Amino acid sequence: MSPLKATIRFIVNGERHTVAVEPIKRLLDVLREDLHLTGTKEGCGEGECGSCSVRMNGELVNSCLVPVLQAEGAEIQTVEGLASSGALHPLQQAFLACGGAQCGICTPGMLMAATQLLSLNPNPSQREIREGLAGNLCRCTGFTRIIESVIAAAAPPAGPARQASHAR
Amino acid sequence: MIAPPTLSAVLELMASQPGQWTPIAGGTELMVAHAAGRLAAGRLVSLWGLSELRFIQSTPDTISIGAGTTFRDLRADRGIASSLPLVARASSWIGSIANQSRATIGGNLVNGSPAADSSPALLVYDAEVELISTRGSRRIPYAEFHTGYKLSVLEPDELLFAVHMPLRFQAHRQYLRKVGTRRAMAISKVALGATAMVVDGSITELRLAAASLAAFPTRLFGTEAALLGKRIAPRAIESAREALVAEARPIDDIRSTAEYRKRVGANLLEEFLLSLCSGETTE
Amino acid sequence: MRTGEKTRIVGAAVPRKEGVDKLLGRARYVDDITRDGMIYGATVRSTIPRGLIRSVTYDRRIDWSEFTIVTAADIPGKNHIQMIFADQPCLADGVVNHSDEAIVLLAHPSKHKLREAVSGVKIEYEPLPGVFTIEQSERRQIIVWGADNLIKSFLLEKGDVDSAWSGAAHIIEGEYRTGAQEHLYIENNGMIAEWSQTHGITVWGSLQCPYYVHKSLLAVLDLPGEKVRVIQTETGGAFGGKEDYPSTLAAHAALLAIKSRQPVKMVYDRMEDMAATTKRHPSRIRHRTALDQHGRLLAMAIDIATDAGAYATLSSTVLSRATLHASGPYACPNVRIRSHAWATNTVPYGAFRGFGAPQAIFAVERHMDEIAAALSLDPVQLRRINFLHKGDTTATEQLMREPIILDHLLDRALSESGYYGRREQFARENRLSPVKRGMGIAAFYHGSGFTGSGERTLNSVAGLDVTREGKVRVLVASTEFGQGTNTILTQIAAETIGIDYDDVLMAPPDTSMVPNSGPTVASRTSMVVGRLIERAGAQLVARLRQDTELGETFTRQEFFSACERYRAAHGEVVSLCRYQAPPEVFWDDERYRGEAYPAFAWSIQIAQVAVDLVTYAAEVEQFWTVQEVGRVLNPVLAGGQIEGGVAQGIGYALYEKVILENGHMANNQMTNYIMPSAEDVPPIHVFFEEIPFSHGAFGAKGIGELPHDGPAPAILNAIRDATGVGFHAIPLLPEDLFALLAAPEPVAEAAAR
Repeated sequence: MSPLKATIRFIVNGERHTVAVEPIKRLLDVLREDLHLTGTKEGCGEGECGSCSVRMNGELVNSCLVPVLQAEGAEIQTVEGLASSGALHPLQQAFLACGGAQCGICTPGMLMAATQLLSLNPNPSQREIREGLAGNLCRCTGFTRIIESVIAAAAPPAGPARQASHAR
Repeated sequence: MIAPPTLSAVLELMASQPGQWTPIAGGTELMVAHAAGRLAAGRLVSLWGLSELRFIQSTPDTISIGAGTTFRDLRADRGIASSLPLVARASSWIGSIANQSRATIGGNLVNGSPAADSSPALLVYDAEVELISTRGSRRIPYAEFHTGYKLSVLEPDELLFAVHMPLRFQAHRQYLRKVGTRRAMAISKVALGATAMVVDGSITELRLAAASLAAFPTRLFGTEAALLGKRIAPRAIESAREALVAEARPIDDIRSTAEYRKRVGANLLEEFLLSLCSGETTE
Repeated sequence: MRTGEKTRIVGAAVPRKEGVDKLLGRARYVDDITRDGMIYGATVRSTIPRGLIRSVTYDRRIDWSEFTIVTAADIPGKNHIQMIFADQPCLADGVVNHSDEAIVLLAHPSKHKLREAVSGVKIEYEPLPGVFTIEQSERRQIIVWGADNLIKSFLLEKGDVDSAWSGAAHIIEGEYRTGAQEHLYIENNGMIAEWSQTHGITVWGSLQCPYYVHKSLLAVLDLPGEKVRVIQTETGGAFGGKEDYPSTLAAHAALLAIKSRQPVKMVYDRMEDMAATTKRHPSRIRHRTALDQHGRLLAMAIDIATDAGAYATLSSTVLSRATLHASGPYACPNVRIRSHAWATNTVPYGAFRGFGAPQAIFAVERHMDEIAAALSLDPVQLRRINFLHKGDTTATEQLMREPIILDHLLDRALSESGYYGRREQFARENRLSPVKRGMGIAAFYHGSGFTGSGERTLNSVAGLDVTREGKVRVLVASTEFGQGTNTILTQIAAETIGIDYDDVLMAPPDTSMVPNSGPTVASRTSMVVGRLIERAGAQLVARLRQDTELGETFTRQEFFSACERYRAAHGEVVSLCRYQAPPEVFWDDERYRGEAYPAFAWSIQIAQVAVDLVTYAAEVEQFWTVQEVGRVLNPVLAGGQIEGGVAQGIGYALYEKVILENGHMANNQMTNYIMPSAEDVPPIHVFFEEIPFSHGAFGAKGIGELPHDGPAPAILNAIRDATGVGFHAIPLLPEDLFALLAAPEPVAEAAAR
């Protein structure tokens, strides 16, 4: 006997999607398995590590704790929706230049949390960045260069926007 | 899992099959249980998105918070920040930013953990909870809501509808501090909340509440009695500490020990009382 | 030798080679990958720490015909996963020796049904008594491993310790303990295995050492080398936790894949990963130290005991490194170190960043502060007068031939941190403040690369090839898991040859395509493998010059044209080199004497800690770390490694506790195993010094593990400074601080539990 499925309609990174899945299926699994957007990661399955963070209706959420039924009609942004037509988002550029990503597994969630933070607080202090990212655990960096990356991305541009280039 | 479109539809469902449906709001608790295999998938009724449950309403005398209000909503609300600052502070303790956007005050209270972050603040603000069913609604003091470890007075067909708090604490001295395993995303080892009125160095009104000093979040009535009407002086502080230690019933668990909880609870109390002397607000 | 030459790419902050993919969410970790017809695997594990398996029954309500079931009986080759000893079974066969030991494997297309099925396998045991602590194992009343529970022991002797006690002005003793530590890489262990009659077994997975996995699969599956192919997927953190465990997981996935005839994916969830895989060895280390009236070291007698868990895995090499780091960066004429690795009925402990050195350095650096307190000496001064210098010998009588600048590192650390000024300030403020602040120091070295003749035994091969598309590829089995392997090796290749960073790629970490350059461990990648790449690049250019008239100087285009002329003549363009031991490296494994390591990195770390006497919580407020590492190949990556290592060290000291109940990790969730968050890790100030090491790539020595060695003792030394109380065990949680710092509560009445 197969469990009952529900039809869920939502928008992910600007594209409309319709899926027929168990209503309690985690949004994380729907993104990864049904939409093949594997950028969002599972690190703990209990809402502690933030690797599964996505933005839903303008809020940061841990997608491992969202039953997809509750994403009906939602607008969702994942890491795949950050860069636009070949150009890295300023946060991605900053992470690249400052060393904000090492093994990279926490990075998609971290970028989502940083995007959310900067959308509400365009020029956060170090303390505010630490609070805004406190729900995203990184085991590699000790957070230092992640914070530097967010500060770099938040700073007003000094001159013409730079492409992600090799030299610093 | 289903999501009826209105509150009354949910209540009808719960009335027709009492105890058969588990309400799920933001899921920050229940989805963890489900992932660990502790919760059957069938028979979950979603409350998420019910606007009837998600509100913050102010009158000159009261603030009412719908059970479906998230902690992010609470942090963002100016009225809460100015009139009920301990609620704003407690809301910032919940998990992380991502948890705060989904965790609801109703879920926090109904889950009934002794370590619940919002409870001490609600208790010292004389909160009342409103419970609703197809039979109508009733209000009881929040202090009477929990009856045991993860047990409450909620009937099988009832939902927590709202939390009401009187706006009579603006002039009170206020204190709320949580001790966790780290600065963020920490389950409480012990937390203490307090509101007090001090006149000429004596305590004329006092409410104390703690998390993790009993099987559920609770007022510390014995400790309050030891302090009411007293001048804040070393002897009074000492006997207040003794009263708290005598009244507290914490346990040893995976996070901490009973002895630590009692001692730190007493330390928090002393920190609060000393702040009353110096005129500072702490933490 | 190229050290000292100006470089364009080496030493520059070029962006991480695979960085863009990681930032776009395009990097493919094992759980992002699916294979056609793939099903899922799961493991049934023991629920007791020691006993005989009496029966295995399968719940009749489940249709087992849908499942693939594998037990020890299905293993075609040897039922063991061998790192050093061949004692650890791939699957338990009749007996279990630790909680969460793998007994039965199941595979099914539905993850959901698989979970139900795991609960449906009932194992009946005849429990046997187990041992759970070093002390219980040492007593040998219950034997759980070999003849006497002792997995490995070392005796290291220099001079004549016994004669030193009578002449000593001071003799100071101390006992220090460290707990287990979980790696907590954010990506759990995972593997995919696929079997075909023609190709044999292929595994993809999160791992550090493709050839370790390869070797284990040959033994378990009884297959020839060319029928086993191991491919590393993008790996989300490792820290040593994916050095040996992946061999077990790969074998499990492979056995299911062979029996089911379908690709099988096994990815652990967090609870299983934390409970069932390796962690850092707990230790108990005793020091007895003789000093003269000025505080100079006369003799050190050290006793090291580690808890190895139920099987040997890497315990002997961890013990070796602990032994070789136990006497600290100090000159001492008489040293005796006895060390033992004891078996217990807990999940086997394994490699974790530092590999025995964090344990040993915790003990010696805490002990130095206890000595300083006993002798009323400044802990800084005590260290300074005992530092090793060039020309001194270590405890293994290794002559320090390279310059050692510990004095300078110490001066710099004191200056950058304002150490004395802060201590004075805190001494004043602490009198009235409920928050007590203090400063603490640790001084240490970390031996780069494998111990003694280890590199000779590895006999690594690495090199370069050039593709028809005009790219140079680095051919190594060294893996990237965040530490920067891809970036530094391509930097080295580009610099050596004289082309651009973008001209060089990494060949896929696939055993069918790359030679065995040894495991990615022991801080050896920059120094040893990098050096092989450097030599291979020079060798390639030399061959091109010889065979294709490539000039003394050349442009990128001229280089690639020359490669094509070479290819026309030789069929391919490849340059491989084999490890060459530095001439002075001589090591006696029997007497534990000689050149323990070819090179050492040196560090001074300083912690500023605040202890809140209301909550008894200690927090690190600032951290400074100064290190001499040979050559900084990439400042952003190197800085990142130091910061990350310090953060893990802070967790090791103050937050991370493995709670065992009957040998099972009871707090196996991220909500209960606490690593410091962004709000807990302080600003970390990093300063590098460089004395190029002539046998390392562009002068580089190892840096990956060094930063994890010092934070724990520096932090506990700071707590001693702040409170006047010395704590001797980590993790040091508020409940432990409370036990020694809080005066008893005056009233007796306490609620009975």
